Amino acid sequence: MSTWHDYFKEQGHAPDWPYPIRFDQEQEIDADVLVIGGGIAGCWAAISAARQGLNVVLAEKGDTVRSGAGGPGCDHWCDVPANPLSNVDPDEWARHMAERPYCNGIGLQIQCRENYDTLLELEQMGGKVRDSGDEYVGAQGRDEKTKFMISPRYTKVHSYVPVDEKTEGKIFASNPEGKLNNVVIRVWGSTFKPVLKKECQRLGVKIFDRVMMTSLLTENGAQGARVVGATGLNSRTGEFMIFKSKSTILATSGAGSIWLISTELGGYCNMMSRTIAGDGTAMAWKAGAELTTMESTGIVRIAVGYKHKWYTGAGDASYENVPIVDANGKRVPFPIQGWVDAGYMVPSPEVEQAVREGILKGEYALPFYGDFPAMPEVERNATWKLMLGEESTTKVITKTFNDAGYDPSRDLLQSYRYIEGNSLAQWREASYGGGILVDWDLKTSLEGLYAAGTQMFSPEDHSYAAATGRYAGRKAAAYARQVGEPQISREQAVLEKARVYAPVKRSSGMEWKELHAGIARAMQYYCSEFKTESLLNMGLGTLRKIEEESVPLLFALDPHKLMRSLEDLSLLTYAQIVTHASLARKASSIPLNFQRIDYPALDPPEWRKYLTLKLENGKVKAGELPLAFWGDMKNQYEARNKDYTGVYKGK
Amino acid sequence: MSSQKLSAIPNVVTPNAPVIFNPDICNGCNICVEVCQIDVFIPNPEKGKPPIILHPDECWYGGCCVNDCPRPGAITFNWPLQQRGYWKNKATGEIHQI
Repeated sequence: MSTWHDYFKEQGHAPDWPYPIRFDQEQEIDADVLVIGGGIAGCWAAISAARQGLNVVLAEKGDTVRSGAGGPGCDHWCDVPANPLSNVDPDEWARHMAERPYCNGIGLQIQCRENYDTLLELEQMGGKVRDSGDEYVGAQGRDEKTKFMISPRYTKVHSYVPVDEKTEGKIFASNPEGKLNNVVIRVWGSTFKPVLKKECQRLGVKIFDRVMMTSLLTENGAQGARVVGATGLNSRTGEFMIFKSKSTILATSGAGSIWLISTELGGYCNMMSRTIAGDGTAMAWKAGAELTTMESTGIVRIAVGYKHKWYTGAGDASYENVPIVDANGKRVPFPIQGWVDAGYMVPSPEVEQAVREGILKGEYALPFYGDFPAMPEVERNATWKLMLGEESTTKVITKTFNDAGYDPSRDLLQSYRYIEGNSLAQWREASYGGGILVDWDLKTSLEGLYAAGTQMFSPEDHSYAAATGRYAGRKAAAYARQVGEPQISREQAVLEKARVYAPVKRSSGMEWKELHAGIARAMQYYCSEFKTESLLNMGLGTLRKIEEESVPLLFALDPHKLMRSLEDLSLLTYAQIVTHASLARKASSIPLNFQRIDYPALDPPEWRKYLTLKLENGKVKAGELPLAFWGDMKNQYEARNKDYTGVYKGK
Repeated sequence: MSSQKLSAIPNVVTPNAPVIFNPDICNGCNICVEVCQIDVFIPNPEKGKPPIILHPDECWYGGCCVNDCPRPGAITFNWPLQQRGYWKNKATGEIHQI
């Protein structure tokens, strides 16, 4: 056994900290391009900038080999209309995707134009993107010539939700016969992250793993000025890092568990890991970057520590081609999420209501099950082994089930829908929606600062992170080539160093988990289902009180706990931004999942716009942008990418 | 038992063991320590021994430690009791749990 307590009992003392301690020590690193965050977007940004022959530095909180939301794997390469089996034009598909309110049309255009090239480059690096071993011959969507596995997803409609009248049965000008769209490819995503790290190393990217970035450095230390570097903390040694860079790309994620932490399931309160704490957004905010859509939140439906970790079909997520049956084997009218009803993942409200009533009347017996045995063998394998077996956290879940004796050809897999109850309205998440505002170069409102992947407002999936990371790397490299040497402000670095180390100067007080839970509770009370001017202002007051009274008590016993403590401070800043954004929107909105009790009108025309927020001289400044502020997507993209050369052909 | 010396230690955080190491198979290569994005483990002070689970309460059950382990059986995933999934044999109706 090797728990800490085993060790303590056997040895009679706690283990020594296994890494050298370098609190207060500094390391300075120079870069042409600094990439913050080594997930999918960050790796692609670093690779793309390094291909330009520049000195690229990548800082990652975990280890780049498996870090980020897509670290363990990825099951679908979504919205890849430029693939040879697609039946729709990439620009038309991008425009179609951008019809959704409050999306990011810039990122979508880049994704649809470039993510097929990205996929081919991934293959060049050693990632597996085709059924080259002929494992799934006969599966629907498998193309014998290319050996690509087209997914049923989006083949008829684009949305998870089947009730969008606007898009249902949509005929594309580029697909007048209404053939299957074929815009999503199933991939072997567990092979991706290690080859991306290897490619970074091959191209000479200097990788700093286990470095949590803590702040951006600006010219003369001024808010709103050009970004000239960043500071970081090594979470194993406690060393303080100062990076100086001509251009900087933020590629961290949004914040995970702002509304929710289970203190004993700290990493379990979101679909994503504890490391996703909104650091990038918080540091961009403090540097004066403009953010948008920060008032948008979702409700965490799975994996909150109180609910089951996994998608279990029954209309709660991706369970392609799996019929759902009740405890007596009776088919439940949920979408099969496969070829039959392609694109549908969530039942319509009518079906939902009928099933619920059916349960109460005894028409359907709980629990429900995924009827894997009923599926044709090859489709079952494509779902269980390929899709679930290659997806991020479900890879190890399928393995654990297999090891425990589960056999999908024989056994029904239980669903927790209904029996585990619905999520509470206070179990919210901010990860999708709000983020940093970018222009057509994926440049933020600050000179020298770029953003990619889920760092930007309204992000999409894994392939979006890849394509936008690669694009941001190109643009940030071009900027770095023509800009002068950066000068960092020593005073700004010294102030940040003092902020970073404050918790280790204390050995008692409040630990990071308690602080996190306190922030989460404030958000549950004051910025959740019931939003009013007065509640939101109480929220700001409570968060300020936490900042003034609890943060000065925060203590950390080692570099790791210091990292967690600093994450709390990012979460606190993020929570404040969300609350400010919620105050700024004086209307309710369905697409933003935003209800103001004092402004109940739903999406009134005058409020159909992006709200922006930034700090100017330390004060919150609100602004706005019209929907589709990005202009004509095709023209805007082409005007700025005349030199784009497609799939990388260099060495 | 009566002569055993006891230390006074705080409660054990739960879940306490997101994985179980088999010390007969694990050779202490520490690949799991490196691929974990949140540093659940630290290397064992004794070389060649399985890592020590230092931060079990931060585990997000991403599974890279198990997926990337080069020695099959050295590390086994151990879901918290409240998260262990169920299935049913379609033919016999027999219910199983991980």
